[in-house]
Amino acid sequence: MNETQALKVTPLNSVHRRMKARMVDFGGWDMPVQYSGIIEEHNAVRNAVGLFDVSHMGEIEIRGPEALRLANSVTTNNAAKLRAGQAQYTGLLYEHGGFVDDILVHKVNDEEFFICVNASNQEKDYEYIAAQNKTSAQVEFASERYAQIAVQGPKALVTLQKLTKTPLAPIQYYHFTDGEVAGVAARIARTGYTGEDGFEIYIAPEQAEAIWDKLLDAGAEFGIKPCGLGARNTLRLESKMALYGHEIGPTLTPLEADLGWIVKFDKADFIGKSALAKQRSAGITRKLIGFEMTGRGIGRDGYEVYLDGRPAGWVTSGGPSPTLNKNIGLCYLPVEAASPGRTIEIMIRNQPVEAVTVATPFYKRAK
Amino acid sequence: MYPDNFRYTKEHEWVSVEADTATVGITDHAQAELGDIVYVDLPRVGTTMTQGKTLGSVESVKAVSDIYSPVSGEVIEVNELLATKPERLNEAPHGDAWLVKIRLSAADEIKSLMSAADYQSYLGEHS
Repeated sequence: MNETQALKVTPLNSVHRRMKARMVDFGGWDMPVQYSGIIEEHNAVRNAVGLFDVSHMGEIEIRGPEALRLANSVTTNNAAKLRAGQAQYTGLLYEHGGFVDDILVHKVNDEEFFICVNASNQEKDYEYIAAQNKTSAQVEFASERYAQIAVQGPKALVTLQKLTKTPLAPIQYYHFTDGEVAGVAARIARTGYTGEDGFEIYIAPEQAEAIWDKLLDAGAEFGIKPCGLGARNTLRLESKMALYGHEIGPTLTPLEADLGWIVKFDKADFIGKSALAKQRSAGITRKLIGFEMTGRGIGRDGYEVYLDGRPAGWVTSGGPSPTLNKNIGLCYLPVEAASPGRTIEIMIRNQPVEAVTVATPFYKRAK
Repeated sequence: MYPDNFRYTKEHEWVSVEADTATVGITDHAQAELGDIVYVDLPRVGTTMTQGKTLGSVESVKAVSDIYSPVSGEVIEVNELLATKPERLNEAPHGDAWLVKIRLSAADEIKSLMSAADYQSYLGEHS
């Protein structure tokens, strides 16, 4: 029996298989983890341009005169601050302050918001938003209508610009525009999950393969590489971008996850606000902090962290950093220890290995 | 691809025996499955190994993988190259990126391992 038959596939699945990508089960999706190699793909994004199929991500649309009211009542950041054509990273929380998901809210116009959510959370997110909707706004599960391709790296703009008349340079970071790519309608957002400049384009699924191939051609002169989830993970970790199920989840709050900046206490009520306000006044007890291995070994997801010989926390994400050539990671520690410069030990296969807490992000691109 | 004078395990290690000494490595299939190898953890010289028990581990960017000792005996040499150039395991898994040399304590164990032809048909059935 072929288990991959039970997995969900993106419109680019046959392309990945044709291009001999190594495929894995990623939260129920048959996705490429690597093409040529994680390090090579990672470096292509840092130095030139890389192409990612992120069509597994979900889309939810909110429409109607009360669209903003609904968006703002279920998210932590202030959606009222968005202008049409602007996007915002924000939290979708439970009443107790833990994460349902971390999401990107795009304001299309006063009566339409477009939300990009994590693949494995999309049905849950949709049901949650619909259930919490006490407004006249309509909530639509729109994932089937979109494929999503990320073009990331310092050469992303020149690569994508070859295929579109939509001027890309005027689109600011975390802004988007509805235009065209290779003659077909596309929502073009200057967003990404790599820490580099780049774009995420939303297109009709049936157009995905043609656009993928054209992007590879357009980027060939810069050394474009198709990239898998492996490089996506090393890139986002260096940039300290949270991954649901690792840095954030139902039992972790934005304040603990060092994401206080997405929580706007001065806006109208939102789900989770009172729990977060209580946590803020009582003070958090644990906090996310970066680390670098100083001993030999790699601290990886789920490994225990020791402080002064006693278990004190856990690694949320860890691995080699191809850009820095160090072994890096993120971990939760008691708040009093969660500051840079602290010696910690990570239990690697029952052996304590020394590491030191550091400021993050590990990598920040030159502007 | 798979040298005829090596013997192979189902866990994708190889062993090459000369007199009472076995050189141990991981197969080309193993390195390809792992991807970019960034760290190799090996036992110290003098450690006693038991066939089928953990010898060390190999880490790629993505994951950690245990290596099992294909034979029993004492570790008499560790490949120092891998401490500084773990990526050699991707490039020359059957060559200069061997892992350890073991002085055999039970030479008969070799007979329980697969030939190159058997290993390749095993790979065919399991991939």
